[in-house]
Amino acid sequence: MWNSVKKTLFDPLFNNNPIALQILGICSALAVTTKMDKSLVMCAAVIAVVALSNLSVSLIRNYIPSSIRIIVQMTIIASLVILTDQILKAYVYDIAKEMAVFIGLIITNCIVMGRAEGYAMKNGPFMSFIDGIGNGIGYSIVLIFVAFFRELFGTGQVFGITFFKLAGDGGWYQPNGFALLAPSAFVLIGLFIWGLRTWKIDQVEEM
Amino acid sequence: MQKDSVVGTVVVATLLCVVCSVLVSGAAVSLKDKQEANRVLDVKKNLLLASGILKDKKASRETVEEEFSKISSDVVDLATGEVAADVDAETFDQRKAAREPKTSVRIPADKDLADIKSRSKYAKVYKLMNNDTVEMYIFPIHGKGLWSTMYGFLALGPEFKTIKGIGFYQHGETPGLGGEIENAKWQSQWVGKHAFGETYTDVKFKVTKGKVNPSAQGSEYQVDGLSGATITSNGVTATVQYWLGQDGFGKYIENQVSAQPSDDQVNNEEETKQQEGEA
Repeated sequence: MWNSVKKTLFDPLFNNNPIALQILGICSALAVTTKMDKSLVMCAAVIAVVALSNLSVSLIRNYIPSSIRIIVQMTIIASLVILTDQILKAYVYDIAKEMAVFIGLIITNCIVMGRAEGYAMKNGPFMSFIDGIGNGIGYSIVLIFVAFFRELFGTGQVFGITFFKLAGDGGWYQPNGFALLAPSAFVLIGLFIWGLRTWKIDQVEEM
Repeated sequence: MQKDSVVGTVVVATLLCVVCSVLVSGAAVSLKDKQEANRVLDVKKNLLLASGILKDKKASRETVEEEFSKISSDVVDLATGEVAADVDAETFDQRKAAREPKTSVRIPADKDLADIKSRSKYAKVYKLMNNDTVEMYIFPIHGKGLWSTMYGFLALGPEFKTIKGIGFYQHGETPGLGGEIENAKWQSQWVGKHAFGETYTDVKFKVTKGKVNPSAQGSEYQVDGLSGATITSNGVTATVQYWLGQDGFGKYIENQVSAQPSDDQVNNEEETKQQEGEA
């Protein structure tokens, strides 16, 4: 029992990472990773949504008519995302305002739907919940990795604390504007995947 | 009941919809007060940031409330420029007033520089007080950019000649292009620029295209354009010109200027300019 929980929870971190191996949820990894604080809020939101949607879908999986199962999953996910959005607006208004539409776009994050359809429809509520947490964390690892380097190279800061003093403020660092643009996240995710596949050779696709 | 039968499908779909809608509407209703309080605080904070009273974007709720307590507000009848004593400044909601036909006026197309179609009859003016003298006037302004209506604050000095600050707290312009109206560096150029020409009916302020040449004539009325965002820049110019113009706060400003005591507080240069304007 414990072994399978551990596997479900930790596999998505590196062995079966949703972004690096399944290549799901790339779009939001590009959009919200300009700053660490924004990314952390996004990670928390995604972990909550994946875990809870997996749990709810799994609970009612035996009652979902197969002809409308995608719509049912979508409705559950959408409700949870609206809920998350409302809570963020009430408690972390500044960050929620900056992220604006991206919280709402968790609905379209393929990881959420992918896990609901691919795992929660076939497994029990507890394991589905764990799977949601695991995949949420797997997504978060990549997001935080990307955000760390984008904020550092783009603004010389991490969490708003200056590490490289900017040339504009009398320091030495000339900020890299490219790091603040979405395409830079592609480069970073690429490097992440490269590193991961060098470490875990079995993830390399056959040529 | 078969789960894949028509009845089963309809029942599951209906139940799911009811549960989800109760959940969503429950959250929306119960969190509304908190969200509203956040929104109000955000507007106050932006007002303080725009006027340069507050420097720190991350200031706490207490600091914002404390600084805001130094600001008093009046509701002004824009048609006459007089303070409307019968409207309570505390509860007055300008956006709501602009939506309702009773409390708003349609702006004739030839005067509608900011492209906002109609405006509230009354508008709020905020004043930063130091004992009994006004140190700064802060006007709420809004107008169309490329995609959205931009809402912000424009702060003017007590003699209404120089700009003390600008800030936008709500807009939907393209991030990185028009969205740069939020850029602190760009906003800092506004400070010290002149809003009016010789007279208070002549709003000269302008967001130019490209960089301002500081030695050129009229550069004291201009700030740099936002590169890649000409329409947003033009929208900002139009918004400022509309709200400082005769259809906006123009009459109020003239009233205030003529009511100001002409003793040594007002320097001579200002006074002559004003007389020329009246002549």
